[in-house]
Amino acid sequence: MLDFFLGHYAYLFLVALFVVGLYGVVTKRNLVKKLIGLNIFQSAIILIYVAGASKWNATVPILEGSGASYGDAGVAQEAAHGAIEAAHYINPLPHTLMLTAIVVGVATTGVALALLITIHRRYGTLDESELLERMS
Amino acid sequence: MKRFVLLVLIAFGALMFYGVSTLPDRADPRAPANLEESAAGSPVAQDYYIRHAYEDAHTPNMVTVILADYRAYDTLGETMVIFAAGLACFLILRRRRQEDLEEWEESEGLEESEESKEDGTRS
Amino acid sequence: MERGREGIDPMRGYYDDRIVALSSRLVVPFIQLFALYVVFHGHYSPGGGFQGGAMLAASFLLIRLSVGSDGAQLQFRKGWGTPGSSIGTLIYLVTGLSTLLLGGYFLDYSQLPLGMGESETRSMGILIVEIGVAVAVACTLTAIYDDLVGEEGRRGSPHDA
Repeated sequence: MLDFFLGHYAYLFLVALFVVGLYGVVTKRNLVKKLIGLNIFQSAIILIYVAGASKWNATVPILEGSGASYGDAGVAQEAAHGAIEAAHYINPLPHTLMLTAIVVGVATTGVALALLITIHRRYGTLDESELLERMS
Repeated sequence: MKRFVLLVLIAFGALMFYGVSTLPDRADPRAPANLEESAAGSPVAQDYYIRHAYEDAHTPNMVTVILADYRAYDTLGETMVIFAAGLACFLILRRRRQEDLEEWEESEGLEESEESKEDGTRS
Repeated sequence: MERGREGIDPMRGYYDDRIVALSSRLVVPFIQLFALYVVFHGHYSPGGGFQGGAMLAASFLLIRLSVGSDGAQLQFRKGWGTPGSSIGTLIYLVTGLSTLLLGGYFLDYSQLPLGMGESETRSMGILIVEIGVAVAVACTLTAIYDDLVGEEGRRGSPHDA
């Protein structure tokens, strides 16, 4: 049981964060609060990806050489001899994917806020039920 | 209604907990994503990236190599998305010309809003 | 013009305070220098176009928040956002298409005529693309902020000749 918790605690807490975001999206009446819920949701997904990328006894995915051959020349030497161990570096792929996802998320949040501003200009409210009333 | 929504959320959370609990331990080097070969015998992406990033692009930072070289097409798409988002904001929020605004308000039968009053006094 | 809380002008949307304005004006050049470091040193340390562009946009937004949109026109004009982001995207696209025209695959940087070894040319191609991404991200995020805040001062601004 303890082993299970130690191996999965990051995932478990992030699922809790996921549900918090979903709670905001489903139950809140105000559209801005829904948007904040959506952003929490997105953060949870990004963190799940990044948490899954880690490896024990590994370092960040930047080649650095090791021991006596530390530095750029050492990296070149290691690469020439095929001595780079995949187990020494954490998985770089999720980091890359989430890196772009964060910035794109900010830009799309901007689009969502622009739409909310237009809705507020048009109907004078951001409350969901009131909005449905005024639209009909 | 609210109680029903909470129940659904809890059920969803339990389902996600179950799904997550079947994942391999976090940071386990023997997890399938961290092996050299997948179960079907094909090479795993991260192993190739880590081993060959430096000889392919002469750059120690693998994330940069994957971002702009191996997955350059993907990053081009992401840049396009950001550009499209900026353009969408511009097109949604740019101010209509005053006559258009008045015409639109007449056709919609809305009262003149605070904002357009101000514009009228300024221009 | 009525004032809401103490010191905050509701029509301008920024905190009108001398100390805040001065200290952020002092800090912004260093943020921009660090952003350029993050972009250009992205090959050797954590960083790259997306992060550096976001930091550059943060420096522009700091000036907009502390000095106000009118003062910030001296640094980065409101009209530059959308053209800048299209220039950044075009840098990326033109790099990809030029490799196509030079006989390689789309976005195959080793075809660029830089007179270096194959992998070094790839490294340079990555740098060019990262610069394009940084320009696009910085300009887009600033443009989104400007669009959200509104267009007061676009026509009447004294700096917008």
